[in-house]
Amino acid sequence: MTQDFTPHRRQVLGGLGALAAGTALGTPALAQGASEISFFYPVAVGGPITKLIDGFAEGFQKDNPGLAVKPIYAGSYQDTIVKALTAHKSGTPPVTSVLLSTDMFTLIDEEAIVPFDDFIKTDDDKAWLKSFYPAFMENSQTGGKTWGIPFQRSTIVLYWNKEAFKEAGLDPEKPPQTWDEMTAFAQKLTKRDANGNVTQWGVQIPSSGFPYWLFQGLTTPAGAVLMNPAGTEVYFDKPEVTTALQYWIDLATKHKVHPPGIVEWGTTPKDFFERKVAMIWTTTGNLTNVRNNAKFPFGVAMLPAQKRRGSPTGGGNFYIFKKAKRAEQEAAFKFIKWITTAERAAQWGIDTGYVAVRPDSWDTPAMKKYVADFPQAAVARDQLPVSVAELSTHDNQRVTKALNDALQAALTGTKPAATALKDAQTEATRILKDYK
Amino acid sequence: MKRFSLAIQGWLLILPALSVLMVFTHWPALATFIDSFYSTPKGRRPSRFVGLSNYEQMLSDPVFWKAAINNLIFVAGTVPLSIALALIMALWVNDKLKGRTALRMAFFTPTILPMIAVANIWLFFFTPQYGLLEQITGLFGAPSWPWLGSDKTALFCVIIVAVWKEAGFFMIFYLAALQQISPTLGEAASLEGASRWTFFRRVQWPLLMPTTLFILINAMINGFRLVDHVFVLTHGGPDNSSTLLLYYIYEVGFKYWDTAYAATLTTVLLATLALIAAIQYGILERRVHYR
Repeated sequence: MTQDFTPHRRQVLGGLGALAAGTALGTPALAQGASEISFFYPVAVGGPITKLIDGFAEGFQKDNPGLAVKPIYAGSYQDTIVKALTAHKSGTPPVTSVLLSTDMFTLIDEEAIVPFDDFIKTDDDKAWLKSFYPAFMENSQTGGKTWGIPFQRSTIVLYWNKEAFKEAGLDPEKPPQTWDEMTAFAQKLTKRDANGNVTQWGVQIPSSGFPYWLFQGLTTPAGAVLMNPAGTEVYFDKPEVTTALQYWIDLATKHKVHPPGIVEWGTTPKDFFERKVAMIWTTTGNLTNVRNNAKFPFGVAMLPAQKRRGSPTGGGNFYIFKKAKRAEQEAAFKFIKWITTAERAAQWGIDTGYVAVRPDSWDTPAMKKYVADFPQAAVARDQLPVSVAELSTHDNQRVTKALNDALQAALTGTKPAATALKDAQTEATRILKDYK
Repeated sequence: MKRFSLAIQGWLLILPALSVLMVFTHWPALATFIDSFYSTPKGRRPSRFVGLSNYEQMLSDPVFWKAAINNLIFVAGTVPLSIALALIMALWVNDKLKGRTALRMAFFTPTILPMIAVANIWLFFFTPQYGLLEQITGLFGAPSWPWLGSDKTALFCVIIVAVWKEAGFFMIFYLAALQQISPTLGEAASLEGASRWTFFRRVQWPLLMPTTLFILINAMINGFRLVDHVFVLTHGGPDNSSTLLLYYIYEVGFKYWDTAYAATLTTVLLATLALIAAIQYGILERRVHYR
């Protein structure tokens, strides 16, 4: 759910021109007997991203005569999984699709997908599988098998307004490094008018829709892990988790440097542009959006540390569907391998703002030039070594919903942090007992 | 024999429409009802008959009760308000005043706009500090409030958007009905020296009753059906405080993939709607004045 209502698939920078020119030639007619790979991709029809994907499909076909990828633009992540699973249940799923990495257990439980291990044959294949950042593989592997291949991945970072820092007497080049520092900075950055009404908040962490994801940006530094890799247990009622939630609540109620109640995810970047808040937490996917719309110099930083540093990853993986024909699956595997080479992963990252998924992508000339011009883009990469898996379990959406409800209840003051988390733990344990 | 063939001809004529209705409305409703007595198939585990256990699960599901109560508040909030607004707007634009076409258009605009697009605009209206709402309340020095982010006001915001969306649509029906009322009645009333209020209360309102009944039923049904904006505005949050039944059904069906439980909830929703329609047609209709 992490990217549903964001300007996440944003404007595309350079590189689009060349690819768009490619698509303008039109898709060549399919050769007789060519196998066609249907590919569900989570974006609404039209717009720059579809041009990029069309360009990839065409490039692949050029390199592999006889194979054709047919992208089908299926809407949001949620729309896409609904369409893919419904198609799976009716017996004709897509061959491959990009879906949320957290949907892995759901797809396994529905017996909708096959592991990639079946297609790994050569040494080259093995090297390719090892080429991704381990942080991204955490949400792609379970039970010793690889079920998803990272493609459009993101993580949470802190954006800060350098002008506001200067006005508050802070060093505009130094973002907060720890929780205590973030609180202290936020206190200096919170401005009130004569009536005591706040005109600029110090910091805001959005909590609508999928608060669990941003909450992991607090629990990870607090030293908590929310679930086991098998996705059968959660640990919502651990003391570190309560500490993390209490810190979030205290920012609003005790220190009064964070807006009260639930903060809307969708309007958070706008709040930042309007200077209503000096520091925001949001996805790296908003990087281009902020770059294009912030009328002041801004910085991008790793999330502040408590016991350690850390942020969850997010975003979408490639999956291969079980009910597709073997030949189609093989072709899809070839396509996925083709689209995730170091160069293409780098280009995709530059064009869209997603984090390039392989370390060697960052050594490509195109990426080096991009980072030199726009160093903020590298922050997400630097955070990856300390990043952890996004919360994902069996019956994933139900379990995360239990946590979301608890977080919102605690943030609106309906329940104390510890009680809310205990309730979520009980509910999640009840849901997960069937998967033990 | 002739009559018999006439009957067959009649059935054949309505067959296309009937079959479409059967395939897309009646059969799914029936299938949903049947599915509610079975468990959800998962991978290798096929669905099996579980009797009433889905219904038992529902009765002990706090989110269901929360959604049901919210839905009642939503209906109680949207129905009278949107009907009253529709009537006032219709009476206004029924008069001969300058620019009334533009006014009618303005009132009708919310109906034409897609709900999701509209909800995205309202999202920014409700935004604390710089949203339209707070720009106005801010002039009076009111403190900032997280309208969508508080369990005290989220449902209220969802109701406001629904009323705004619905009123213009209902206005059209009232307007059409008002234009059907013979002008001679108005002339007679003014000759008698009846006040405008008396004319409305004793002449227009009774004559509008069939329309009101029609709108009432539609408004009630929409009260259970209109959830698009919840997806954008609140996602049912905070902590389910703005969850409505249909939104919850979507979550259960297409996020949790618990299709059997979703079928159970749908059956309850269908039964509720059927009951409302039956009550309205059965009881209210007798008290409605038809010419």
